Amino acid sequence: MNPGPFQRVMFALYAVVFFLYLLGPLAVMAVSAFNTPQYPQVWPIEGVTLDWFSALFADQDMMAGLKMSLWIGLLVVCISVPIGLAGAIIMTQIQPRVRSLYYLVVVSPVLTPGIIIGISTVVFWRQFTGQTGTRFLYDGVVLTVLGQASFISAYCMLIILARLQRFDRSQEEAALDLGASYPQVFRHILLPFLKPALASAAVLAFLSSFENYNTTTFAILSDKTLTTVLAGRVRQGSTPAISALAVVIVAVTVIGAIAYEIYKRRSDAAAAARQRAALEAEEAELSGTPAPAMG
Amino acid sequence: MSGSLAFVFGLPLAVVVFFFALAAYERRTGVASGGGFFQRNGLAIGLYLVLAVGFWAFFIILLPQLAMVDMSFRPKLPPSQMGGPKDLYTLENYRYFLFGSTTSTAEWNWLHIKAFFLTIGVSIVITLINFAICYPLAFHMAQSATAARLRVLLLLLILPYWVNEILRAFAFRVLLSSGGIINQMLMGSGLTDEPIDFLGADVGLYMGLSYAYLLMMIFPLYNAIESLDKNQVEAARDLGAPWWHIHAFIVLPHAKPGIASGCTLVFMLTAGALAAPLVLGGPRTLWFTPIVYDRFYQAFNWPQGAAYAFILLVSCIIFVLVVLKAFRLSLGEITR
Repeated sequence: MNPGPFQRVMFALYAVVFFLYLLGPLAVMAVSAFNTPQYPQVWPIEGVTLDWFSALFADQDMMAGLKMSLWIGLLVVCISVPIGLAGAIIMTQIQPRVRSLYYLVVVSPVLTPGIIIGISTVVFWRQFTGQTGTRFLYDGVVLTVLGQASFISAYCMLIILARLQRFDRSQEEAALDLGASYPQVFRHILLPFLKPALASAAVLAFLSSFENYNTTTFAILSDKTLTTVLAGRVRQGSTPAISALAVVIVAVTVIGAIAYEIYKRRSDAAAAARQRAALEAEEAELSGTPAPAMG
Repeated sequence: MSGSLAFVFGLPLAVVVFFFALAAYERRTGVASGGGFFQRNGLAIGLYLVLAVGFWAFFIILLPQLAMVDMSFRPKLPPSQMGGPKDLYTLENYRYFLFGSTTSTAEWNWLHIKAFFLTIGVSIVITLINFAICYPLAFHMAQSATAARLRVLLLLLILPYWVNEILRAFAFRVLLSSGGIINQMLMGSGLTDEPIDFLGADVGLYMGLSYAYLLMMIFPLYNAIESLDKNQVEAARDLGAPWWHIHAFIVLPHAKPGIASGCTLVFMLTAGALAAPLVLGGPRTLWFTPIVYDRFYQAFNWPQGAAYAFILLVSCIIFVLVVLKAFRLSLGEITR
């Protein structure tokens, strides 16, 4: 666009309002976490305190829920990434005439409301475990992991598929020609190629699991995760300890994002340095020992 | 009972057999070439692929959905009578949605019907509003922002989404409550004398719902507009097209898959939202998902809850189909 001054001002105004809407509520909540009154209050600031943070960490249910959420998140990563990988590989190999049907089935959980996934998981596994005599599997953690895995596996599949479509099959053929076995090709060629996609799928899987509420609240049965404890607390009434939790979560993720950015820049710089060194070495070699044709 | 177990194990088996038969047939008729599935992947990896995807597609996705639909057509019975002579298919749960309890005198079950249509209607409105709010920013990010500014914008956009849905809704409660900062400002400026009950009037709920899924709209839009060649916009401007022509005839048609994908996601998430109605809804708030929740955990009537969930699912499917039809797209184009 080549906007005139009027359009420029209008857009700036719009952007300010947009980000005020986006970040304002969180900023307000963050301030209330440090203010002394019992009820989350922003103004007037009656005194700065960290009591709400200690109240948060002293909350046994909340801490137990946090542990449970971390545990479930790890299990979901362990299930969803392998399933997503398998789903993506099958997508590239399935017969073209049934591909769209397969796609419809495995992507449908992304477009299904979370509570429906939770309900259907509980209904099915209650019947199934009752009929097969595996009642021990009818457990909040198992059901939550299975329910969340339905759509989180689909996220993972979409991420992995995007990278898999750029995979050069001739690499695989070359390895096979040189005598590699199929498991070797899978382990030494395909998996390393997909590694960045697998890593981002794992991170996304963990985060989606950690903050999920709609599916979890049905599937968790009598257990509690951080989100379900939190929902109970919020329904009982407002306390600044809840705001404190939000501050902690934002702080942890911002620190994580910055650490990742630094790590990324360093490894990028290291890779660039390696490449430069290799180029220089190659040039030195070329100029030091001229090729026979030139001599 | 044993009949349903045979189905649970028989269906996946039948489908797997069908796939291998199809593969064999295609190889014989020359449609497909090359080795078979296990030849191509090796036995161990081939087995892993089939088992992982089979378990996912059937035991995590399809069979639970079928079990839910099946349950929605059954009467509510104590466990001892399940599968007994009284366990017959019935439309009772759907009848209840329309007409309420058999003992009630009201003609229609207005409470639930109203909540349902309000949920669908408000979700559509919120979807449209979110599109209007997000489009200018998505366009700016995709077409005119510099790389450095884009990074900052992306970070600012993603930041609120690290915080989970319940906390985001809670933030609106802090903001809009009668002693909250908005009311303080309104009263301080003399616009009102007493606090406005934003939460009781469901303003908080609608704002919270719109806020909760902004990101699901902006990223598909951004991705779609980003792939548009800037020269096309330049060319149109050089040829004298006014700004709204450029958007209506160049950018919007190009961004069609992104618009459809953002709208479907936002609609589905809004209509299925549970956290925001629980946190921001008042006692008189009408929203469909808390009613479904109560069928399960207040009324303990699971078949009825399943029927309500199925009604919600069907309306979401209809919405997706209508959007696809209206935009003339296929499902694959919007779930990228």
